[in-house]
Amino acid sequence: MNDSTPENHAAHPKDYLGAKLGMWLFLFTEVLLFGGLFILYAVYLQRYPEGFKLGGDQLNVWFGGGNTLVLLTSSLSVAMAITALQRGRVKQAANLVGVTVIMALWFLVNKFFEWSAKIQHGIYPSSEHLKEMPGGEQVFFNIYYLSTGLHGIHVLVGMFVMIWVLILIKKGKVNPDDYVTLENAGLYWHLVDLIWIFIFPLYYLIL
Amino acid sequence: MNQTASSSQPRGFWEAPGGRRGIGAWVFSTDHKRIGLLYFYSTLLFFCVGALLGLALRLELFAPGADFFTPQQYNALFTLHGVVMIFLFIIPGIPAAFGNLVMPIQIGAEDVAFPRLNLLSWWLYAIGAILALTSLFTAGGAPDTGWTFYVPFSVRTTTNVSLATVAVFIIGFSGILTGLNFLVTIHRMRAPGMTWWRIPLFTWSLYATAWVQVLATPVLGITVLLIFAERVVGSGLFDPTRGGDPIMYQHLFWIYSHPAVYIMILPGMGVITDIIPVFARKPVFGYKAIAISSLAIAGAGSVVWAHHMTTSGMSDTAVLVFSLLTFLVAIPSAVKVFNWVATLYKGSISLDPPLLFALSFIFLFSIGGLTGLVLGAAATDVHVHDTYFVVGHFHFVMFGGTGFAYFAAMHYWLPKIYGRMYNKKAAVWGWALMTFGFIVLYMSMMIVGMEGMPRRYYDYLPKFTFWNQLATIGSWILACGLIITFVNIFRGLFKGEAAGDNPWGGASLEWQTSSPPPLENFVTEPEVTHGPYDFKKAGL
Ligand code: HEM
Ligand SMILES: [Cu+2]
Repeated sequence: MNDSTPENHAAHPKDYLGAKLGMWLFLFTEVLLFGGLFILYAVYLQRYPEGFKLGGDQLNVWFGGGNTLVLLTSSLSVAMAITALQRGRVKQAANLVGVTVIMALWFLVNKFFEWSAKIQHGIYPSSEHLKEMPGGEQVFFNIYYLSTGLHGIHVLVGMFVMIWVLILIKKGKVNPDDYVTLENAGLYWHLVDLIWIFIFPLYYLIL
Repeated sequence: MNQTASSSQPRGFWEAPGGRRGIGAWVFSTDHKRIGLLYFYSTLLFFCVGALLGLALRLELFAPGADFFTPQQYNALFTLHGVVMIFLFIIPGIPAAFGNLVMPIQIGAEDVAFPRLNLLSWWLYAIGAILALTSLFTAGGAPDTGWTFYVPFSVRTTTNVSLATVAVFIIGFSGILTGLNFLVTIHRMRAPGMTWWRIPLFTWSLYATAWVQVLATPVLGITVLLIFAERVVGSGLFDPTRGGDPIMYQHLFWIYSHPAVYIMILPGMGVITDIIPVFARKPVFGYKAIAISSLAIAGAGSVVWAHHMTTSGMSDTAVLVFSLLTFLVAIPSAVKVFNWVATLYKGSISLDPPLLFALSFIFLFSIGGLTGLVLGAAATDVHVHDTYFVVGHFHFVMFGGTGFAYFAAMHYWLPKIYGRMYNKKAAVWGWALMTFGFIVLYMSMMIVGMEGMPRRYYDYLPKFTFWNQLATIGSWILACGLIITFVNIFRGLFKGEAAGDNPWGGASLEWQTSSPPPLENFVTEPEVTHGPYDFKKAGL
């Protein structure tokens, strides 16, 4: 890099460490975004322990648990996709990313049924039925919808990111010599998984 | 070739290679200098819009009684003034405009780490700004909540608050991306020999700012999203009739917005720190202390948010703790002020326009900082809370501090970017009128605030008339100074004499390349062999 002339400025080498550093910083901001909701959860739980208990009992552990399994599997499949690509098995890597996309879709479908069931019972923000419940339960369901909703949006975004990476792999733009995009997409996906790993016990299990 | 200072002068990065011409060569450019100029012109535009709104507010307050606006219009005006000045001018102003313009050059990089992300940041800023302006004229009309969007009013009002919060969210996202980009750039792109302790202090201040941007802005994101959810789906998390708590809104809002105050002021301090040694011809006093104090301000400033809520009904313990913590921020700030003064001491000072703005900065910011202690101490805050004293205080800090630093940066670095110099005499006139008008305007506000005039009121008791009229007259003097300054700067940049590569005799890297700099900043990658204020080793 010493006597670089204007001509070879054009050949910018890719800075892998820089790209990953950027991604990690971005993930921090995502954690903090959800952090606001977790703070609210903590404060309101302390204020309304009974209401939260009553609310939590009405959530279906099977839906939540199933979705946890789906997400954990999808995290595994991206991790395996990265290893496969590093070892030069492009086709296998593409398939594994495809599996991740399907898992993401599966998660969203599950969520859809779970929400629909609750909404049919008249439990959703600003519904008349909810407004008749005691304050603690109202807060519980409202914060439940906000947290899982925001998380759901992240799953949706993550799914499109994975589809985009899949296209890049097919086009050969992400390949065994240049896979930082897949790695970063994988990091993002792990974050989506991680946030769920907090949401699941807080809303479904411990209450 | 005939290279004179005429319009045929070679124009460095201004001669865009690579096909695109006209406006496309700007709004699709990934060159940090072009993006910096895009930010410069957009933030300047919004400063002018905001200033006109501020003058309108002052006009209404010239005499007691209803003069020009209805109360509703007045509420919309001060909300808009606040939103424009905070989110569209002062937060992005120095870091996004001047940070982009000079930071990569200062560390010897050819661009930022993620040039396309940089362009995306500007686009997000522009989209957010357009949405914010759209919110004025659509649906229920201009938001009237004040820039803090306090609940419950922001949930109940029929004005277009929902769109405004979306706009703020997008602008916040733009700030996060800029901060992230700068952090990676400063870590990964420094030229050979540019060790951490040779980084110019402006870049150090951007580094500290970037951390605050990345760590605090997401909290603003969730806060405005919650307001949005509250309005659109009725989530009621801040509504006491449904189990929620409005104080939680204030906590979330200020967890972001107090650190954001340091997003506003730290880069301004950085500008001043770079300017003073150059015009005092002396290495900066206490380089490491200044660099570390930036980080200390960023750190301490993040834990003091609840001093905005001493009168909102927190526990006495909380009030005491936050009051104490607030006082701690004064220490690193004072370290900086002492270092600037010590740098000036026995220097061979040349009173050029950038230094004059820097001196005003020190003076006005010190007043702002000291009056901040009056607000930080719980007992005195109860007395002046939500009076014009607060309005005076934050204008001293934000406008007298960061605003003047923005003008100092303009006079210091723009000749580098344009390769041309403005008229220095006219610049001094602009500076003098601005400083004088400023003091008349905001000192009067502080006094009338001490006497008990509340803020955000469109009318006042007759006994407050004198100071209000004085303040309004001050605003006119200030406006004259602004007009002179802008006309002079732009006349100079487009028609002035050639500035030369190093008009001020600076030793940091941006002065070692040509004015204007070439597309990738340096023709050969620089080797850094001395610190940014080592004028002797730089042979100056
Ligand atoms: C021409 C210059 C300016 C004038 C004449 C001016 C005047 C005013 C006035 C009269 C108010 C209303 C206070 C109230 O009713 O409570 C106000 C509020 C405010 N100003 Fe300025 N100002 C100017 C520049 C600035 C700048 C440069 C900034 C920021 C960097 C700024 C930030 C604010 C903010 C945040 C508010 C609070 C709005 C609110 O209460 O929601 N102003 N200003
Ligand atoms: Cu504060």
